[in-house]
Amino acid sequence: MSEAIQSQEIGTPVFFDLDEHEHAPGSSTMLGFWIYLMSDCLIFAVLFATYGVLAGNYAAGPRPDEIFELPLLAVNTAMLLFSSITYGFSMIAMQNRKKEAVLGWLIVTALFGACFVGIELYEFAGLIHEGASPERSGFLSGFFTLVGTHGLHVTFGIIWMITLMVQVYKRGLIEANRRRLMCLSMFWHFLDVIWIGVFTFVYLIRVI
Amino acid sequence: MLGNTDLTRLIFGRLTLDSIPYHEPILIGTFLAVAIGGAAVVGALTYFRLWGYLWKEWFTSVDHKRIGVMYMVLAIVMLLRGFADALMMRTQQALAFNGSQGFLPSHHYDQVFTAHGVIMIFFVAMPLIVGIMNIVVPLQIGARDVAFPFLNNFSFWMTAGGVVLIMASLFIGEFARTGWLAFPPLAEASNSPGVGVDYYIWGLQIAGVGTLLSGVNFLVTIIKMRAPGMTMMRMPVFTWTSLCTNILIVASFPVLTAVLALLSLDRYAGMHFFTNDLGGNSMMYFNLIWIWGHPEVYILILPAFGVFSEVTATFSDKRLFGYTSMVYATVVITILAYLVWLHHFFTMGNGASVNSFFGITTMIISIPTGAKIFNWLFTMYKGRVRFELPIMWTIAFLVTFTLGGMTGVLLAVPPVDFTVHNSLFLVAHFHNVIIGGVLFGMFAAINYWFPKAFGFKLDPFWGKVSFWFWVIGFYFAFMPLYVLGLMGVTRRLRVFHDPSLHIWFIIAAFGAALIACGIGAFLLQIFVSIRKRHELADTTGDPWNGRTLEWATSSPPPHYNFAFTPVVHDLDAYADMKRRGFSRPMEGFKPIHMPKNTGAGVVLAALSTICGFALIWYIWWLAFVSFVALIATAIGHTFNYDRDYHIPADEVAASEKSFADALASRS
Repeated sequence: MSEAIQSQEIGTPVFFDLDEHEHAPGSSTMLGFWIYLMSDCLIFAVLFATYGVLAGNYAAGPRPDEIFELPLLAVNTAMLLFSSITYGFSMIAMQNRKKEAVLGWLIVTALFGACFVGIELYEFAGLIHEGASPERSGFLSGFFTLVGTHGLHVTFGIIWMITLMVQVYKRGLIEANRRRLMCLSMFWHFLDVIWIGVFTFVYLIRVI
Repeated sequence: MLGNTDLTRLIFGRLTLDSIPYHEPILIGTFLAVAIGGAAVVGALTYFRLWGYLWKEWFTSVDHKRIGVMYMVLAIVMLLRGFADALMMRTQQALAFNGSQGFLPSHHYDQVFTAHGVIMIFFVAMPLIVGIMNIVVPLQIGARDVAFPFLNNFSFWMTAGGVVLIMASLFIGEFARTGWLAFPPLAEASNSPGVGVDYYIWGLQIAGVGTLLSGVNFLVTIIKMRAPGMTMMRMPVFTWTSLCTNILIVASFPVLTAVLALLSLDRYAGMHFFTNDLGGNSMMYFNLIWIWGHPEVYILILPAFGVFSEVTATFSDKRLFGYTSMVYATVVITILAYLVWLHHFFTMGNGASVNSFFGITTMIISIPTGAKIFNWLFTMYKGRVRFELPIMWTIAFLVTFTLGGMTGVLLAVPPVDFTVHNSLFLVAHFHNVIIGGVLFGMFAAINYWFPKAFGFKLDPFWGKVSFWFWVIGFYFAFMPLYVLGLMGVTRRLRVFHDPSLHIWFIIAAFGAALIACGIGAFLLQIFVSIRKRHELADTTGDPWNGRTLEWATSSPPPHYNFAFTPVVHDLDAYADMKRRGFSRPMEGFKPIHMPKNTGAGVVLAALSTICGFALIWYIWWLAFVSFVALIATAIGHTFNYDRDYHIPADEVAASEKSFADALASRS
């Protein structure tokens, strides 16, 4: 391969790109953010693995089937899944360059997200009130940390979303803002995927 | 009175005047030395009015070359600290015989060996490799900067924030007494109630963010920003090893972050991940920390392998032997790095089958590594080897590392490991590979790329003095530890009762003294080189007859690295250009698009460090305030859309012309 190019170009090789076009700033952001998400995914992998190891260590404390309330979780899961759909609508509006629609769907998404975090906090408060607090047993430490880390991510996602709403409102759907919306989109859907894992692996598997 | 105490606790957490170790003469002496030295530096900077220059041109710089230099300076400063710890340990162990207790009390000695390990791995070896990658990788791939220049600056300052916390532990409170990986249950609040382990946790967490982000940064840089024509199999080997190292960073540092977070939840929130009671499982910690820890040693060694590949090819004046096999060996090591972690705790009840699996995977790693050793040897074979400093370090590496590799294969055999685990044999082994591999590699790299970064070569005389002291000192310091390990001496002991061991510790201490001379000579080498910089100047940009693109530009390179992006036709692109008689275009310059400097990285890292300090001392209000400030600053930074500028074409033309004139005046 390299020999072929050499023989073809012998005599007049081009060693410098004289007519270079400027790269758009941030052309690598998507890849970088994707790699960051994968590293974040590893943090969750560690938390899942740790929960997996500690999940049976009740230390004579509460057991999962005694404390998990599936109906509440169904509502909570629905909140997060709906928020992913509405974020998708916001991205479609972004493709169509409709600033107001983007903002509107982002508000809906953030509200769904806030409901999710609210219900989760309600669930945590109830558990702690019942005596199922994180320092009770290895199982509960693993549970609160895994679910709580996800909730913390959603909270940061909401803060980020509000920041972006202000930025889109002030500057419109400029290239930089579109890129940021794409990043947050990946982040938001990523949290959805993680939640599917949490819901299945933490809640369903222990109750059924 | 009680109210007063409560108020003090609210404001200062558990930080009291008693936390200052003023009753420890060694620490006070160190503190005075650091304080006087620091005051002298600050005074000099103020006197020569350098603060503005440093802030504008260095601290806030997003230029990968300058960030690289800052990493190197940080690493060399921390090398002095880490080595001071090493000298104290060697002295203590040489003295504490025949009923003597040595000069270090046990609580201090335990901090010293912990700090030595933590500093040498996280704050010497890591900044060295990240620094070298910063200086070299963008130049080698013909890029103008890394993919995310601001993130690069931020990463550096987070590493520096970690350093600040670790150094603060010396004078405010204490450092961990647990060994460098802070294994529970010893590291749990019940057994280590002080601030030591918390310093350890937050120092590493803050520096770890920096490392992870620079891993992401370099991965994207290498994947997306290579010069046209530079296919994967035309990348210089150092870039290949950097790519693999950054894959390892991205795929292992999150594990460290997570496991340290779990340990802090145990310590701060009373959870039960790794405790002995209420369903904790400390073996989880061992597994997780080594799932990070083993890839970590390849993160350190792979860039060194890359350095040796560049150096052998350049100084043998021929192509690297077996480029393809070198690349595949690197990739195989990258993958195998994840399949061997359990060999760090063969003795902890995993059972014979599990131990066999991990023993075999460990031994398999020696195959690609061996292939690399032969490739370097065959590159030198029948080459015209020029015995400059970089290749001297390479040859010292080949001998030393092979020895360390063989003891590694020995340790990989589980039954052997059962007899020598946790002994000085192990300590000798990993110093053998880390000093003989990583450190020798970084010295080769510093001597090789210094002229590129600064525009003048390092003085060879003092470099050779440093080289011989280091290499001979290494053998004196660590060969006795192999012997002692085989005799059954375990690591981290403070006093000894068997006088027959004494002579070996004296020899080891003598070796450490030789290494101290080596470090002194290295500092002298830099000092002398700066004095003789006009004599040692490199006006060609290519002082070693180099083969890769970093030598195609001036030394030091302009901000924008390349006025025109090079086009690559072959492996060893610059050697190819020289062979076929390239000429530098002298007209048609265009404005070059570059990122602006920003102080946001310094501010964010400073806030993180304050937050870490507050968490260590339970100063909750400060932790809260600094955390909120951190988030607010980060958000504020995203409102700044004006992040780049253009270097005007005539400025580019002027700087290219001055380089061309320098070249012409030479020939």
